[in-house]
Amino acid sequence: MAELLEKRRLHVHQKGKGKFTLDCERPSLAGAVSQRACTFCGSRVVLYPIADAIHLVHGPVGCAAYTWDIRGSRSSGPELHRLSFTTDLREQDVIRGGAIKLEKSLRELIATYQPKAAFVYSTCIVGVIGDDVAAVCRTVSKDTGVEVIEVNSEGFKGTKKDGYLAACDALNTLVGTGSTADISPLSINILGEFNIAGEAWIIQEYYRKMGVEVVATLTGDGRVEDVRRAHGARLNVVQCSGSMMPLAKKMKERFGIPFIKVSYFGVEDVAKALYEVADHFGSSELQRRAEDLVAEETAAILPRLRSIRGELSGARAAIYTGGAFKAFSLVRALRTLGVRTVLAGSQTGNADDYSALAELCDEGTVIVDDTNPMELAQFLTELKVDLLIGGVKERPIAHKLGVGFCDHNHERKRPLAGFHGMLEFAEEVRSTLLSPVWRHVHRTPRTALPRPSEGK
Amino acid sequence: MKRLETIAPRTTVSTINPCRVCAPLGASLAIRGISQAMPVLHGSQGCATYIRRYLVSHYREPMDVASSSFGEQATIFGGASNLEAALDNVMSRYSPSLIGVATTCLAETIGDDVAGIVKRWARERGSGAPRVVHASTPAYSGSHAEGYAATVLAIVAQLAENTSSNDQVNVFAPMSASPADIRHLRELVEDFELRPALVPDFSDTLDGGSWEEYEPIPKGGTTLAELTAMGGAQASISFDGVVGASVTPGNLLEQRFGVQDHNNPLPIGLVATDKLFAALESISNRPCPAKHSAERGRLLDSMVDAHKVLFEQRIALVGDQALVVGLAAFCAEVGLRPVLCATGSNPGKLKSALAECVSDDCIVLEDTDHTRVSEVAKDLKLDLVVGPSKVRAWARPLGVPVIHLGFPIHDRFGAARLRTFGYEGALQLLDRITNTLLERRQEEAGLGWAYL
Repeated sequence: MAELLEKRRLHVHQKGKGKFTLDCERPSLAGAVSQRACTFCGSRVVLYPIADAIHLVHGPVGCAAYTWDIRGSRSSGPELHRLSFTTDLREQDVIRGGAIKLEKSLRELIATYQPKAAFVYSTCIVGVIGDDVAAVCRTVSKDTGVEVIEVNSEGFKGTKKDGYLAACDALNTLVGTGSTADISPLSINILGEFNIAGEAWIIQEYYRKMGVEVVATLTGDGRVEDVRRAHGARLNVVQCSGSMMPLAKKMKERFGIPFIKVSYFGVEDVAKALYEVADHFGSSELQRRAEDLVAEETAAILPRLRSIRGELSGARAAIYTGGAFKAFSLVRALRTLGVRTVLAGSQTGNADDYSALAELCDEGTVIVDDTNPMELAQFLTELKVDLLIGGVKERPIAHKLGVGFCDHNHERKRPLAGFHGMLEFAEEVRSTLLSPVWRHVHRTPRTALPRPSEGK
Repeated sequence: MKRLETIAPRTTVSTINPCRVCAPLGASLAIRGISQAMPVLHGSQGCATYIRRYLVSHYREPMDVASSSFGEQATIFGGASNLEAALDNVMSRYSPSLIGVATTCLAETIGDDVAGIVKRWARERGSGAPRVVHASTPAYSGSHAEGYAATVLAIVAQLAENTSSNDQVNVFAPMSASPADIRHLRELVEDFELRPALVPDFSDTLDGGSWEEYEPIPKGGTTLAELTAMGGAQASISFDGVVGASVTPGNLLEQRFGVQDHNNPLPIGLVATDKLFAALESISNRPCPAKHSAERGRLLDSMVDAHKVLFEQRIALVGDQALVVGLAAFCAEVGLRPVLCATGSNPGKLKSALAECVSDDCIVLEDTDHTRVSEVAKDLKLDLVVGPSKVRAWARPLGVPVIHLGFPIHDRFGAARLRTFGYEGALQLLDRITNTLLERRQEEAGLGWAYL
């Protein structure tokens, strides 16, 4: 087993080696080089896709600069979310306080861009210099008539998960303030879907075909007005439960709206997401339409999936995601392709997530929480991994070690959700596993996969 | 120069689409150029993670930066125990020879005495502990370029010793040097039969090959031996020109140890590279090697071949101060016409440095942002813009071709191999610019001429 820092041992478990326990939901160890960012990151990624709001980062330039246009969230209309707004605090602002600058910035941005709302993200030093952000937000809201919402996202406050919570709190102030007239009784909100590469559009189209109205998608292709009237939906369908569950729970508390947890990655999971909504409404018409849709979509992709499966069977994969829920879908989706998961982990999973993940995986699979480059690299080598699924900071680890890679994080430009997304996923996995480059990189052969040029 | 004074670099209180990233990124990069050194950012974990992501996507290499992971406790009571824990864990995991601690806004604002914490830690750990260097680099003090410079200065100030005379030539690699540029600088110095110490040297650590096994800290970089020997070196070569900080590594070594500093602008283009060669000739007492004279000849020849394509083409230069000045000087040599020079750095010396090489009507924006740049750019009928990936946000809607250069480049491959230094670097840049202009002409002509 990989050599680990003493305190990290509790965050790793190999299935079959004793009773399942896994430490998680803790702050990262100082110096461990965790892949996690901070509270601000959690808030920023959740609210980012709301396209007709100003997202103003109150702090020095870095926080805003590093998050400028990094999410692949697409919008069908306004693109205010693709601009990077910051109060860009300087030394004198830190000394004298930044509240005046914040107020001036808000007023000028609201006047110029006429947003439907503004979110103000507090960063680390704002917490220290004591700017009364709430007061500024209230004053500007009152004067301009544009709702200005504070997001308590100081980086040091906790982990990324605390950022999700702060974002949900911010959204919660909007929910319930809009008109719910003309909303169909067969209506849902989609939570935890960020329209990366247009995935929300794919999902919305399925529900539309079924006859279900999507009131609000939180927050993909997001609009402030939709969030305001989200309480008009009869069901919350929650993907990426890690980030949006707090809001789903709040909405149940406030409006009695029930929620279900789904995933849109992988054939089985997408089908389930559609059937469960039909089941919830108890409508046989919906059920029939869902079945027809699933049959049609899967018929379209199955032949190609089977052929790819033939080429990839036996490959070994490692998964490291931000939230744990996605890991489940990936394990299943990979099984569809004949690929075995030998490591699965996440930055922010909780105890329930990990125990269910362990259940799902094969014997010998390593489950890991909040890993870092050194550990991950050791696992890739020890477990003879052929494919790593992760984000930008995981990619160079894979490539350096001659391991294939699939980008499955929020910066990806390729849709991987829904039926069509499953095909895209299969093609991407194929394009990395079957590349001839690995032959030149490895001195010792890896898992034998059909080589394109070797008489096939 | 009337125009240089009257255009405001900002018309908004807030910054919209920043033209710079922050100081600790520069610090991390500098430390990654020291052999077996590990950067530790003292502050919130987010800083390290975001900085890693930016460096990874530019260099397409792993970039491990540790963090002291401040939580609420540290923010209120001070981050000493966090930093000590980080140093201990980095030491046991990475076994570095050197740890570079750079501060973030948070640590500076709460007033942590990093020097004191580090000293105490080193004393308690005794002889087993690696050397630790510390630099003050909060984001509100400057951009990534200033953070890089401050960290290199700290490394030199804290590690150079009054050693006996040696034949080393200190060469201070600027942040705008790509790994390929650094390799070229090394080659040039060695071709004069001098022994260079590139400080810092990320040419291998951020542009390496494939690995059989994960390298906790990638191989390469300036060695500790080279760093301690800086005080006894025979000379230093710096590229701070007129836009450098008031105290630079080169002049610190000169003040403290009497090491003669040859300070010149970035070696971009004919004249600036000639200055570098003059310094090398002076230090080595040797003439320019034939191979490089030949290269100079090729550059000059190519400048002539391309002169009509480039003549008075209207160009915008966006990036770090030193790079913008270097590029403007090159433009002046080949006939390109900068009409807009912009940097996100704090107000500095850009205007005065540019006075020599740009015409009166060139607009100069310091401490600006991309939104302001795009407002100004749209009326300038630009033929070309040279800048990092961020310029595409406004250049694309205006239909202006982009030459990717500077930091960050994250929508193209090969940032580590882009060259601007030396006669060879100027040639690469010349070809890129000329071909981009030709390509545009070809497309606009519609007929698709095959001979140009």
